[in-house]
Amino acid sequence: MDGDGLFTIRQASESLANGKISSAELTRMYLDRIERLDGRVRSFITVTAELALQQAQAADSRIASGDSGPLTGVPAQIKDVICTKGVPTTCGSRMLENYVPVYDATVAERLFAQGAVLLGKGNTDEFAMGSSCENSAFFSTHNPWDLDRVPGGSSGGGAAAVAAGEAVYALGSDTGGSVRQPASMCGVVGLKPTYGLISRFGLVAYASSFDQIGVIAKNVADTALVLNAIAGQDHRDSTSLTRPESDYASHLMGDLPARPLANAGRDGVVRLGVPEEYFVEGMQDGVREAVQKAIGTLEALGASVQPVSLPSTRHALACYYILAPSECSANLARYDGVKYGYSYQDTNDMWEAMEQTRHQGFGPEVKRRIMLGAYALSAGYYDAYYLKAQQARTLIRRDFDQVFQQVDALVTPTSPVVAFRLGEKIDDPVEMYLIDVCTLPVNIAGLPAISLPCGFSEGLPVGLQLIGPHLSEKRLLGIAHAYEQATEWHRARPGLE
Amino acid sequence: MPLSRTEVLQIATLARIALTDDEVELFQEQLSEILDQFEALKDLDTSGVPPTGHAVDLQAVMREDEARDSLDLEDVLSNAPRREREYFRVKAVLEE
Repeated sequence: MDGDGLFTIRQASESLANGKISSAELTRMYLDRIERLDGRVRSFITVTAELALQQAQAADSRIASGDSGPLTGVPAQIKDVICTKGVPTTCGSRMLENYVPVYDATVAERLFAQGAVLLGKGNTDEFAMGSSCENSAFFSTHNPWDLDRVPGGSSGGGAAAVAAGEAVYALGSDTGGSVRQPASMCGVVGLKPTYGLISRFGLVAYASSFDQIGVIAKNVADTALVLNAIAGQDHRDSTSLTRPESDYASHLMGDLPARPLANAGRDGVVRLGVPEEYFVEGMQDGVREAVQKAIGTLEALGASVQPVSLPSTRHALACYYILAPSECSANLARYDGVKYGYSYQDTNDMWEAMEQTRHQGFGPEVKRRIMLGAYALSAGYYDAYYLKAQQARTLIRRDFDQVFQQVDALVTPTSPVVAFRLGEKIDDPVEMYLIDVCTLPVNIAGLPAISLPCGFSEGLPVGLQLIGPHLSEKRLLGIAHAYEQATEWHRARPGLE
Repeated sequence: MPLSRTEVLQIATLARIALTDDEVELFQEQLSEILDQFEALKDLDTSGVPPTGHAVDLQAVMREDEARDSLDLEDVLSNAPRREREYFRVKAVLEE
């Protein structure tokens, strides 16, 4: 247990195993914290107190009978775009305000099979479209480090909950940075795995060739423990991959040598690349300084660092904001008011019913993206936009393929700016899109990446992003862990009490 | 090039979203600004570059064609805005 009375997964798991605390006590402690703090942080759309206490009791029986794993009895939050049977899953949208899934997403099923405790569902930008959590149809989440600021998005609820100590860990989803960017802005760890490593079954679709479920936790080892529980092929998601590693966490336990990165790469020393294109114009000085300092730390830990170039990066924003909305416009066509969700009834005309259902059910950002996609896919514009963006996607991928011939991983800022004020950017979609400039290329190429705390600028957390080749999670976690163990940033906590 | 009001209304029809006059004006301005950001792509030489639909190379996944349980009918209909017996009830599709 940390000084502030909060647990990491490992600490919770150890305390549960040796009987220092029961899962019921632990769960009550977190429910109390939610009760006390979430009126200000607002990270939960739904709190499932009753279910959590039932699950905690079941977990205590499992622990007593010796049938437990590292997540058994540990309380978590799940982003409200991930289906949970019998628990409302709103996607932060009026459209699904009253939607109650009749099945669990594969990730939820796998967590529950391990005996996880669900505290509730995390706030999100509507259908995971946004970078500040302000697009939630219900309310904005506040950054625990400064309640006047955004937590980032779209998985802002998860990042804020973990930072505020309202959940031990959280599941989010990351289509263009939605796990890493809020993790960065809230000073916690966020992992976006390789496309396909985690089943998307039960994740409400936004842009299917980009969407990936990810983990938000206090530290790298905890992140690896959650990945262990949820990674791997699933017959209900044909894009899911066989996991190459049976264990992502055990190499992170135990003491590290003085220079752990001097002998951990493909050729011994870990080779890190610093892509100049990610140090963009408009990047805050404090962010640049923190990231430069972190690169120095990685060198001191034994890594060799070299500048690299990914020239197609400058096309990533256009590539993403053509392709993701195109996929979104197709995916969200399902909200027609017939099978589930909000349904406008005040007409006998089928088209009017559908158009009014979507008019009233969707918020402005979702409408913008659906319309943008419909435009990019429409006759006469398909080649100029959709096809061109798909070709740009190839070039962006090739840049990464080439650079990963030279280095094991890339080091970049996660976000060019720290958490901004609520309301500051919400009326300017283009400015909001630019915040994701360092995270989008990763989803375009389907790569794994992790954001970890690397300092503060103006009292607000800065995130360091490590990007690796496909399915390199184990090495990426190892590098991240080495950095984390050499620094104290992950121990910093916002003063909410 | 800025989108015209007519173009915004055409896109809204394609997307099956009714818009208020204020929304038409707002989206006309905002979508035009976003499309401006895409202009940079025009300078990108993509001759001979194949398109990428999925970032990870995937093989078709095969499995035995075995019968599996499907969802319970009552469950499936539990979120239906309107149902009649074991059906979703929809507005008339064919005009009289």
